[in-house]
Amino acid sequence: MDLRFTPEENAFRDEVRTFFKENLPDGIRKKAAEGIRYVKEDIVTWQRILNKKGWAVPHWPKEYGGTGWSPVQLYIFKEEMQQAPAPEPLPFGTMMVGPVIIAFGREDQKQKYLPRIRNLDDWWCQGFSEPGAGSDLASLKTSAKREGDHYIINGQKTWTTSAQYADWIFVLCRTDTAAKKQEGITFILVDMKTPGITVRPIQTIDGSHEVNEVFFDDVKVPVENRIYEENKGWDCAKFLLGNERSGIARVGASKAQVRRLKEIASMERIGDKPLIEDERFAMKIAAIEVELKALEMTQLRVVAAERTRKGNRPDPASSILKIKGSEIQQGISELLMEAIGPYALPDQFRHDDRWNEPPVGPDYAPPLAPQYFNWRKISIYGGSNEIQKNIIAKAILGL
Amino acid sequence: MDFELSDEQRLLKDSVERLTTQRYDFETRKKFMAEPDGWSRAMWKQYVDLGLTALPFAEEHGGVGGGPVETMIVMEAFGRALALEPYLATVVLGGGFLARGASDAVKGELLPKVAAGETLLAFAHIERQARYDLADVAATAKKDGAGYLLNGEKSLALHGDVADRLIVSARLSGDQRSKNGIGLFLVDAKAAGVSRRGYPTMDGLRAAEISLANVKVGADDVIGEPGNAYPLIERVTDSAIAALAAEAVGAMGAMHEITVDYLKQRKQFGVPIGNFQVLQHRAGDMLIALEQARSMAMLATMMSEEENAAERRKAISAAKVQIGRSGKIVGQGAIQLHGGIGMTMEYKVGHYFKRVTMIDTMFGDADHHLAALARMGGIVGKASAS
Repeated sequence: MDLRFTPEENAFRDEVRTFFKENLPDGIRKKAAEGIRYVKEDIVTWQRILNKKGWAVPHWPKEYGGTGWSPVQLYIFKEEMQQAPAPEPLPFGTMMVGPVIIAFGREDQKQKYLPRIRNLDDWWCQGFSEPGAGSDLASLKTSAKREGDHYIINGQKTWTTSAQYADWIFVLCRTDTAAKKQEGITFILVDMKTPGITVRPIQTIDGSHEVNEVFFDDVKVPVENRIYEENKGWDCAKFLLGNERSGIARVGASKAQVRRLKEIASMERIGDKPLIEDERFAMKIAAIEVELKALEMTQLRVVAAERTRKGNRPDPASSILKIKGSEIQQGISELLMEAIGPYALPDQFRHDDRWNEPPVGPDYAPPLAPQYFNWRKISIYGGSNEIQKNIIAKAILGL
Repeated sequence: MDFELSDEQRLLKDSVERLTTQRYDFETRKKFMAEPDGWSRAMWKQYVDLGLTALPFAEEHGGVGGGPVETMIVMEAFGRALALEPYLATVVLGGGFLARGASDAVKGELLPKVAAGETLLAFAHIERQARYDLADVAATAKKDGAGYLLNGEKSLALHGDVADRLIVSARLSGDQRSKNGIGLFLVDAKAAGVSRRGYPTMDGLRAAEISLANVKVGADDVIGEPGNAYPLIERVTDSAIAALAAEAVGAMGAMHEITVDYLKQRKQFGVPIGNFQVLQHRAGDMLIALEQARSMAMLATMMSEEENAAERRKAISAAKVQIGRSGKIVGQGAIQLHGGIGMTMEYKVGHYFKRVTMIDTMFGDADHHLAALARMGGIVGKASAS
């Protein structure tokens, strides 16, 4: 047992860190550090910098553009990216549909989609949740009826993140209404320019526009856009959701947020001293740090165990990472808001990103209350924390 | 980055677990508790035969040169067994002080006896007013010829009732809570002026109140630097905290297993109560708390030998916070999910709960270490790598 990184791993960390330092544009870094919303070009620019370096999709198999790194190297890479801090690659392509295409797609589909995902030539979004299918995803109703060489899709998806920017959407559709609910679902790729698709924004409580409703009204999609077999889409969905959970601890991002919290708590004052010297507040920060340190160690245990895991089924321990990771992120966002005291009050953070007026109060204050409100989503998406506890009860505890 | 045990460590783990599984079931433990010392001399002999009492000491002193991972393995198994024997007091604490601070002559004489299980040790340090402040020492040490004369009252000395030798802290100079001016002394428990009152603790172990009235010690009985023993006290205490963290993880793991098993067996409303989601989720919360504690016990183990005292203390404090908090989540949950049976003295789970609860009170509870960690600036540093 040795919890230190090897000299090779530390050298790798230095290499990654140096690359991020030298190649991440300052404007994007500033947004990441201060919690200011990115515009689409920021994400595209950064993804293409990574792709040029060959680091766009390190976790993919080498033949599709992966790097062949060990689980520990992948962990270090992700942690350094979060701590740079840099935007994380858009998950819908690189983390979600890309791996599904690799695992389940045909060769021609791999050739067509994967290079464009790597370079973010196609912006993907996820068509899973529906108004009546949230935690009970398999009860989804959006239908795909076969007509010759096409599927005709009708229905509605919701909570579709960044659909307003998307070129493509991967959609879970019902293709057999008679079968058991998990057995009548098909995974279909749909060009967002196809006639019959309508995107309607949903504004969240922080005032931002991240998610959308997507309506399908007789949308005609070639059968060749189907991934894997008809009625076997649930296999793809389960695979994808397992991948989604594994990246969700966000230890590196939380470390960066804790540092930000300490900076702000050093600038804020309470009575005659900096807030960070207030014992009560300092203990709150320390309590989150303990949780975060423990999560980091737990995450490393899971990463180390990946070396010896058989197959590519996700470790059910990833549910622990998701629950703890989300609680910690939310806890930090709460302290960040508390740190600015009454300057949480002014609503001065507009989703159009072009708010140019001088801030009311300290310049670090405007994004913090919106972030607190926005981040309540973390324990809801990717399988709510309650669903994760169901998974723990069933898959780990055998209840 | 490697969480695997070596082959030798795996072998140690297997043999300790085999011993405790075969020889330390809950009913046997009750018999051990009823023995005169409150623990089993026969089991102690078994530990000696397995080499456990020799584990951390150097080969020249009859030891086997094990490190903190070996101690972790043993303590976790003892946690699962709820072992009563004075291993922490004698080997981790007492042995730790001797190995790190005693003169070569004393080491040569005493460590082989400790390794052979013949000499029992205890750390007589806590005083009534000190709470969790390691530097709060009112007992005095006055120069007396080549040696010292000790006076004072020591409290809550774990297994101090049976120890042959005591490691006693006493002040040579400075204010009562000053980190400077503290000395450590090796005291024969039967020496003139030493009186002891032993008693059972809530978790079924033993401790003692110890009075020192003009107790004479020789120059050779000084441990560490006279007047500057505080860093040594911190260092050995940190090792003990790491060991206790492993013991707590063993106890929590057993408690969690027993509870999940109970949820599968116990039927109400015609179904196993583990079918009920509210109970499943609480069992899940307990698992998360257990795994977070396990992670921090590993960190504490690896950091307990860290030479940089500030970094070591941060990790140890963070681990103690996590152990304390997880202990409450797992322990209180275990009792609640069992219902009435969990409340009974005859059922095992409550005894785990008591041990884990008492571990929180040893060497600083969660709040104490959280405040300490906050004062040290937290554990998420400016540099990114851990």
